[in-house]
Amino acid sequence: MDPRLEIIPHRVENVSQVIAVAGGKGGIGKSTVSATLALILAQSGYRVGLLDLDFCGPSDHVILGIKDIAPIEDKGLIPPEIHGIRFMSIVYFAKDQPSPLRGVDISNALIELFTITRWEVLDYLIIDMPPGMGDATLDVVRFIPKIRFLILTTPSKVAVETVRKLVFMLKELKIPILGIIENMKSAESPLVSSLVHEMEVPYLGAIAFDSTLERAIGDSKTLLRTNFTKDLKKIVTTHLVSNK
Amino acid sequence: MHEWALAEGVMRTALQVKDQEGLKNITAIRIRVGELQQIDLEVFEFGLKALFQTRPECFKNTTIEFEKEEAMLTCRVCGKSWAYRDTLSHLDRETSESIHFLPETVHVYVRCPECQSPDFEITKGRSLWIEWIRGEK
Repeated sequence: MDPRLEIIPHRVENVSQVIAVAGGKGGIGKSTVSATLALILAQSGYRVGLLDLDFCGPSDHVILGIKDIAPIEDKGLIPPEIHGIRFMSIVYFAKDQPSPLRGVDISNALIELFTITRWEVLDYLIIDMPPGMGDATLDVVRFIPKIRFLILTTPSKVAVETVRKLVFMLKELKIPILGIIENMKSAESPLVSSLVHEMEVPYLGAIAFDSTLERAIGDSKTLLRTNFTKDLKKIVTTHLVSNK
Repeated sequence: MHEWALAEGVMRTALQVKDQEGLKNITAIRIRVGELQQIDLEVFEFGLKALFQTRPECFKNTTIEFEKEEAMLTCRVCGKSWAYRDTLSHLDRETSESIHFLPETVHVYVRCPECQSPDFEITKGRSLWIEWIRGEK
């Protein structure tokens, strides 16, 4: 018997809402949306945790400019708080080196992190999901009882096609979906609207392509002033915060 | 005190087994301890016994048995198998600590001694495993 499995639900029992930000494809802005979403919620006075589950390409710490911090060891690990966010990531252990992990290792690392991380009381735990819908997705769905998915796509045919499969799978597994956010929108496109119509998933809104966003990466104050954040904040205020 | 978190997992699993099997109490637990995670058994046992004391009706006089398991790694590329302890002396304290917290980071810091690949399998001795739990009906 694996002693870790019994403890995971208790690690999130005092977390009101667990939101996994996913989208299937890489490069569609999952990490930027996850990190900024956590920032927006923290700025609004909520107790927020952010877990970067992209073990092979962790980047939330880069987006938020987090460095030189480590979890506190106390009957497990307490994530350090920065910018009002309790932050946990594989980077504390792998530093800046690559983590060449296969599926079974990803699963084990994920279970281990959930076992040892003491989130304590949170209003929101935001989970930045890796690309794909393999081990990490199946594991969070299996182990985190109250998880809900926030799906991200871009207006690209390639992204939309992958999101369709992800939504299909989550629906099959009866996992709640908060809705779809259209990221990097540059023009009106029927692709996303036909997707939400076809899959019967709420359309939460669009984030316009922001050419200044790259310059804000690594500086949370500048990030909060971008048009990207303004668009996301509108979605958060309208759909997520009121969705408690 | 990361061992405490794992001890909590053992206690909760034992309580689950007690409920599932309709046991009055837990009399003995046997735990296999994989070498890779470098669990401090003294700290772990201390934590487990302290946790048992929070539920004395379930864990009165419960004996804990440990079985240590050597960690073995096998390269997926060239097939070489080697003992983790042969690598351990080359790792600094911080690296060893990272593997203690998250054993999968062994793939970050250790390479196959034959072909230098990070693509190897942890064939045994990763972490804790409960072999059996016994109790009274």
